[in-house]
Amino acid sequence: MTTAAVENKTEKAALAVRGLSIFFGANAVLKNVTIDIGARAVTAIIGPSGCGKSTFLRAINRMHELNPDARMEGRILLFGDDIYSPAVEPVVVRRRVGMVFQKSNPFPTMTIAENVTVGLRLNGVRDKKVLLERTEESLRMAALWDEVKDRLHAPAISLSGGQQQRLCIARALAVQPEVLLMDEPASALDPLATQKIEDLIIELKKDYTIVIVTHNMQQAARSSDFTAFFYLGELVEYGPTTKIFTKPAQKRTEDYVTGRFG
Amino acid sequence: MQNAEGAAPGGPAGFFILHFSCFLPPCPRVTASNHQWRKAKNVFMQTLTFVCAVLVILPLLLVFYHLLSQGAGAINWAFFTQLPKPVGEIGGGMANSIAGTFILISLASLLGVPFGVLGGIFLSEYSHHRLNWWIRFTADVVNGVPSITWGMVVYALIVLPMKGFSTLAGGVVLGLMMIPIIMRTTEEVLQLVPNGYREAALALGIAQWRTIVQIVVRTAMKGIVTGVLLALARVAGETAPLLFTAFGNAYWTHHLTEPIAALPLQIFNYAISPYDDWHRQAWAGALVLILLVSAINIVVRVLTRDRFSVRSI
Repeated sequence: MTTAAVENKTEKAALAVRGLSIFFGANAVLKNVTIDIGARAVTAIIGPSGCGKSTFLRAINRMHELNPDARMEGRILLFGDDIYSPAVEPVVVRRRVGMVFQKSNPFPTMTIAENVTVGLRLNGVRDKKVLLERTEESLRMAALWDEVKDRLHAPAISLSGGQQQRLCIARALAVQPEVLLMDEPASALDPLATQKIEDLIIELKKDYTIVIVTHNMQQAARSSDFTAFFYLGELVEYGPTTKIFTKPAQKRTEDYVTGRFG
Repeated sequence: MQNAEGAAPGGPAGFFILHFSCFLPPCPRVTASNHQWRKAKNVFMQTLTFVCAVLVILPLLLVFYHLLSQGAGAINWAFFTQLPKPVGEIGGGMANSIAGTFILISLASLLGVPFGVLGGIFLSEYSHHRLNWWIRFTADVVNGVPSITWGMVVYALIVLPMKGFSTLAGGVVLGLMMIPIIMRTTEEVLQLVPNGYREAALALGIAQWRTIVQIVVRTAMKGIVTGVLLALARVAGETAPLLFTAFGNAYWTHHLTEPIAALPLQIFNYAISPYDDWHRQAWAGALVLILLVSAINIVVRVLTRDRFSVRSI
């Protein structure tokens, strides 16, 4: 797997990040990060709190721009397109790069089905047939269809925590993004629900490029193909997950993954 | 002793400070009688706070009691259906005033709701705009402007140029008063919408204005409606600004440029009159007005009962 995956990474980078620095005011949160993220693979971002991993993730779909003090340097190419080029609207970037958050956030005023299709409907898709198809397809991909198919019109918040998070994944998938970002998607869930999300991540990488931020070393080891270790805003080490967890090149990486700090 | 007191002031002086600040009279040690004393203090303070809380309800009960005892007798079918009778004639009603109040608060809503709600949305959703501090500050100051001042302003701006008191001026003055109230409550309820919903919508590639309208405002809808209703209840009883603008009318109003009757105005006019029958009608009018305001408040209570709860669909 490792060799094939490494080729994958070098030949078909979904995301090519070049010299990315992010500042919040005068504070540099990310410092000169350069990294290639492979297509149709799971890349885990690990590191202690405040190391910039969430900021890195949010920079990939320009969500960090919601903070008016944020400023960036460098380039991010999404399948060759510069997502920070002046001609590109953040809205367009975010349709291509979906995101799932730590806290599940289905819209409370909408039903399960409405939540799945909201990204399509509010972007102008009116065709009932398309919406219905996409609802089933997305819920199936998120491994939620069998649990909710009989109550698609029930309020989304009637679901359990784990189901809500999978609903959020379905909602993100429904707009058919190319990359799926996940910011600690299972950290608020119980072990069983976490297991389901991890299985789902492995299933989804057949079709999607997935970048996942996690605090959970086992989760990174279990579900990712590549791992990037961030520390104090710098990318310390990046490589196949097995290598990062068994024989890391850097002392700091080893200390972190073995639990000596962070 | 030093050890026991840790970081507290040391030495004999420190000992006395601690000693006397902790165990004020009458008993220096924790004993059975000390315990009794603390319990007594607790009961006393609890009773005091309870009495103060009841004092809040008491005036409302008094108002209701007086209005019912004085006004209920004058409420009958004619009160709701007839125009006021000329001086000296017994009977008549406040039909035009009741309708006038509804017309005025409807007009006021036409002005106050869109400006107030949109302004509140701006304050909450574009919170980084550098004008916001000033807008918020101005809204708070304007909220505190006495209502009679509003009447004078609209008198100068509308009544004088149009050469006459009018329904329009009355609606405008109440509407202007509603704007800052609605603006601030709208801002507050929008701030209660968790940021996660905004982020989730934006991350789906939904444009910001659609996120605001379809996600944020929709989630906070009940709260916004509540703010609007509270503003309505507030201006429904305003009298002073209407003296300068709507003026009052003994007959039906047929045009926006004519003066119009309103419950608070009619109550005021009847209450200062020397006739017993008018006094009775003033009481009845006041009763109707407070029932109206109470009804609005009850609707608000029902609406806010499960704001943002799981069943808010």
